[in-house]
Amino acid sequence: MSDLGLNSGASPKLAGPLRALGERSQRLRNFLLEYSLSPIAVVGGGILILLLLIAIFAPWIAPQNPYDLASLSILDARLPPGSESYDGYTHWLGTDGVGRDLLSAIMYGLRISLSVGVVSSMFALVIGMFVGLFAAYAGGRTENIIMRIVDLQMSFPAILIALILLAILGRGAEKTMIALIAVQWAYYARTVRASALVEREREYIEAARGLRLGHFRIVSRHLLPNCFAPLLVVLTVQVAHAITLEATLSFLGIGLPETQPSLGLLIANGYQYLLSGSYWISIFPGVALLITILSINLVGDRLRELLNPGMRR
Amino acid sequence: MIAFIIQRVFQGAAVVLAMSLIVFVGVYAIGDPVEILINPDADQQTREAVRQSLGLDKPLWMQYLYFVKSALHGDLGTSFVFNIPAIQLILQRLPATLELALTATVLAILLGIPLGLVSGLNDKRWYSRMIMAGSILGFSLPTFWVGLILILVFGVWLGWLPVYGRGDTVRFLGVEWSIFTLDGLRHIILPAFNLALFKIALFIRLTRAGVMEVVNQDYIRFANAMGIRKARLLWRHILKNIMIPIVTVIGIEFGSVVAFAVVTESIFNWPGMGKLIIESINHLDRPVIVAYLMVIVVMFVIINLLVDLLYAGLDPRVRLGSSNR
Repeated sequence: MSDLGLNSGASPKLAGPLRALGERSQRLRNFLLEYSLSPIAVVGGGILILLLLIAIFAPWIAPQNPYDLASLSILDARLPPGSESYDGYTHWLGTDGVGRDLLSAIMYGLRISLSVGVVSSMFALVIGMFVGLFAAYAGGRTENIIMRIVDLQMSFPAILIALILLAILGRGAEKTMIALIAVQWAYYARTVRASALVEREREYIEAARGLRLGHFRIVSRHLLPNCFAPLLVVLTVQVAHAITLEATLSFLGIGLPETQPSLGLLIANGYQYLLSGSYWISIFPGVALLITILSINLVGDRLRELLNPGMRR
Repeated sequence: MIAFIIQRVFQGAAVVLAMSLIVFVGVYAIGDPVEILINPDADQQTREAVRQSLGLDKPLWMQYLYFVKSALHGDLGTSFVFNIPAIQLILQRLPATLELALTATVLAILLGIPLGLVSGLNDKRWYSRMIMAGSILGFSLPTFWVGLILILVFGVWLGWLPVYGRGDTVRFLGVEWSIFTLDGLRHIILPAFNLALFKIALFIRLTRAGVMEVVNQDYIRFANAMGIRKARLLWRHILKNIMIPIVTVIGIEFGSVVAFAVVTESIFNWPGMGKLIIESINHLDRPVIVAYLMVIVVMFVIINLLVDLLYAGLDPRVRLGSSNR
């Protein structure tokens, strides 16, 4: 793959700020161009964007509001995929145990699953990022203690930590998110520290220190922007992890409450009908979950190839 | 070496003590178990009596000290629901979980390492690509959903294998085992495979990466040039060199298999301690939750310690001590 002309960008006549802007959009365009060289990553990205749109606009595009009790009829319960309801409406993915249109329930579930996954990963990123940067910048004993805690936490599997926290905190949306954040922050802390260790020895940090800039300013304006790319890769992977973990916890009945039916809860609700052969109630939400995770992982893999300098040729 | 062991044992003890405090104080905040255990119509006097009999009327620190003292005597309280000692309840369920976890680990080793070898040795073949695609799927599929599919396909549609419980067990060395009876063996196949799936994918990747690294080394080329038989090359020169990381990961991952058993046990109604903890959380059975968490933390500390020692023992290059971080 050739260098797609990172330096050929905006004309030199442009004034400073404008030129910076031009260069940035040029770089973005180059990045997208390079990204699109992998067809499977493009497919993954396309599906992911579609899923995000569905999640955002679920209340407007779903055929039915699955949680409006007035529109549900028990006569429509457990209809197989493609069958027509009592009042002549076609349920393409069938209905669940109380006559809810499964397609609509999945759209709403996707909304909840994605938002819980994305929000908790963002929080974990911010917390882990600052802890990791602080550790690398401070060095010495502080760094040692922080990284010991990170190592210790990472020696326990994520599901176990989440289980311990939820056993203590009890079931609930915020509590599930707290558990997801607690599980994830250490990954970001470790990633950002690894790159900050290299960056902190560079001349520009020495220069900033020489200029007597404040510690916070050095960390946030100089160190952070140069350590951010690997974090982005970890973020995509972690969002997928968070969604899976939330689905698992909700399936076990210790994650989200019944009032917030994520994909995991939909699967759990269909589980009781599985043995009697009504497979679609569990399987279709599961397929939606699977497509979501796969598409995020495809995008994440491509980002890792592009952003991780160690893997570039 | 001895200094290293002592240091790690102390570190482990500190982790256990810290966890006991966190778990105890945390679990105390869940809610009032009295409300759930007794008839809502019971009068205040009955409530107080129950509260007293469970020791819930004392201040928190006193409850904790009492808890630590009893814990050191092997007593972690009595289950509110079953009315038998919590630790006894956990230990009754422990063999079922360990049996499942061990079977899954063995399955993962027996499937993952050969598949990884095959795909690492014949990197460009179509079946290697198939194996790799399968391992990506193994990483992406949520365990609990695969479990449902297995139940649906093999239990409901094909009707080949049972999907509920342990089946017949036989007493051996004082505990009940499923793997020594034909019926029990039929029962363990699906849950063990379900639990193993993620690890199979992991071992495939690990073995493959190891093989591809080793195959290009000079000593393999020389061995090949010398005309050593393929089998000997594989066993003595390739496998021996890639086993160090694999053995370590198997050790580390055994703990995570035990943790993930919570999911598999709930799906297949396997009567292990994972299923017990989920039920206890739902019933707010506090002593059982605390006992489970303490048992699992102790177990993890021991597993981590053993893995560190194993690693140090297997690979002479590993430097011991804390200064190498």
